[in-house]
Amino acid sequence: MFVRGLKRKCFDGEEDIEGTLAGIKAIPSYNLQRQSLLDMSLVKLQLCHMLVEPNLCRSVLIANTVRQIQEEMTQDGTWQMINTQSTGQASLDRLVSTDILCRSSREQAEGKHVPGYSTFSKDFEGDQAQDNSETMSTASSVQAPRNLQSNVWEMENPQENKGNFQKSLDQIFETLENKSPNSVEELFSEVDNSYYDLDTMLTGMMSNTKMGHCDGLETFSSPSTTTSNSNCKSDLNELDHIVEILVES
Amino acid sequence: ADIISTVEFNYSGDLLATGDKGGRVVIFQREQENKSRPHSRGEYNVYSTFQSHEPEFDYLKSLEIEEKINKIRWLPQQNAAHFLLSTNDKTIKLWKISERDKRPEGYNLKDEDGRLRDPFRITALRVPILKPMDLMVEASPRRIFANAHTYHINSISVNSDHETYLSADDLRINLWHLEITDRSFNIVDIKPANMEELTEVITAAEFHPHHCNVFVYSSSKGTIRLCDMRSSALCDRHSKFFEEPEDPSSRSFFSEIISSISDVKFSHSGRYMMTRDYLSVKVWDLNMENRPVETYQVHEYLRSKLCSLYENDCIFDKFECCWNGSDSAIMTGSYNNFFRMFDRNTRRDITLEASRESSKPRAILKPRKVCTGGKRKKDEISVDSLDFNKKILHTAWHPMENIIAVAATNNLYIFQDKIN
Repeated sequence: MFVRGLKRKCFDGEEDIEGTLAGIKAIPSYNLQRQSLLDMSLVKLQLCHMLVEPNLCRSVLIANTVRQIQEEMTQDGTWQMINTQSTGQASLDRLVSTDILCRSSREQAEGKHVPGYSTFSKDFEGDQAQDNSETMSTASSVQAPRNLQSNVWEMENPQENKGNFQKSLDQIFETLENKSPNSVEELFSEVDNSYYDLDTMLTGMMSNTKMGHCDGLETFSSPSTTTSNSNCKSDLNELDHIVEILVES
Repeated sequence: ADIISTVEFNYSGDLLATGDKGGRVVIFQREQENKSRPHSRGEYNVYSTFQSHEPEFDYLKSLEIEEKINKIRWLPQQNAAHFLLSTNDKTIKLWKISERDKRPEGYNLKDEDGRLRDPFRITALRVPILKPMDLMVEASPRRIFANAHTYHINSISVNSDHETYLSADDLRINLWHLEITDRSFNIVDIKPANMEELTEVITAAEFHPHHCNVFVYSSSKGTIRLCDMRSSALCDRHSKFFEEPEDPSSRSFFSEIISSISDVKFSHSGRYMMTRDYLSVKVWDLNMENRPVETYQVHEYLRSKLCSLYENDCIFDKFECCWNGSDSAIMTGSYNNFFRMFDRNTRRDITLEASRESSKPRAILKPRKVCTGGKRKKDEISVDSLDFNKKILHTAWHPMENIIAVAATNNLYIFQDKIN
């Protein structure tokens, strides 16, 4: 049922016969597409926390999507598979990025997935000392990079954020690029081309809309931080560039 | 010109207000009938322009508050002046727009320039008289309703009692009295005690047009709750709950996102309400909660492109919808500067385009068609050629006549029925 739904979505305009063949091909690539959707969603969530004040509706919808994917992956057993396949730093980073969003310390022990919204409360309310400690305790089982990333969510100190923004972006790049070059191509080779024709066109627009994010950052920074602001702008440009490369391959 | 973020006719339809991303409000007024210039009837010209909101900085959270006008709502007219409410993410303002066409002349203590006259020079007393002057339209802020919303305000709605109004943000709805700015009542609060459990937000809210105790609010999960303020002070428990059961055959990872309701509007009659989600418009009978009575597909051809639309964030675009005066037709926007109108009686629908290239002033609009697959006919446009940057999010319909206002990014188009 899920495969059929996804096929309609991503294999546009297939004839029926080809559709069946594509259906046979679809099963392995369904996992890859689901994975790329998960990656995309995580990047979106990371980015939206960088903006002036994240759009709560959008964040909630993306986080719900992430949770849905992870629930399905847990049922499939593929979630466990990914954990064992990746090695060392890369797996930690992947765990890290989803952990912030999807696990509190309790549920991690139980193996369940729940979105971590202490981040949202920190954005909007200054007095969430409890939530701070919760996020920190989640970090206890994971090492140093985790602490840097948790600082990203705190909007109280924009100057500090800018430095950590650079570090967390590095981690996103690591997460996406630590796969071997072959696997990156594999990730996208199975997907139907028509999906990416639209994407190539839309990516152009996406970089335009991402420029909007840069504008948001510009207004956000105070005059004294103009140098770090330009760093952020170039960081976003860099991310655009890399995502464009990944998509257009 | 800045990107238009809201469009609203007043109760008579003579005035049309637009708000933009720069915090400005521009009000257009309809020209009176003039026999010597028959074509100018129905034309809207600029009546007043003012800066409603300025960008602010929240020092506590180190965040900038955008000056973009999210919504404008007119108050019913009670005297010569016009009143409207305009809101950005955090603050609602009541503006008074009044005309001045006379000015006093002949003061005793100051001369025409305003300079004080030398008292020794005044030898006689005179009574100032009112002399006609060029019409001047002044806008002044009469009330500022601030500091009541932690989250971003998405809706305001004037009550039918003309004394109160509601304002809704992502998690809360507040009730205000138009005269009182230092107090508001919280009537809905869906913020969970633990923000980690947040999975649903409020997306729009509106008062019933006739029953001053009834209002509805929609959510990001595609549900609408109708609340009665007589039942309790805090309306966290709804009186009615509207939700259409999900179609399991079309389930995907994007199902929830596309079910999120971006706008809810009561019909003028008060018997129906209309909701807009990403791909469709639904009309609900207030007496039937389990499914809508009518569903109209706005751009079903986008269902197969949801993955790309998620990637470029278009899937989060919030389209509005509106009724015509008699509730027989509904209108909503789409991409490529297209907007769609549905006739509820004949079930006919039409797609039109708001762009300079495709229409000259006073030319009749040509219906447009999107080709969904296979051969593209002449004049059709294929889905892949649609410009997703050209989105029509805001439209308004004159309360009585067939005149519509369509906001296409930073341009405002006003269309009307062909006049014989």
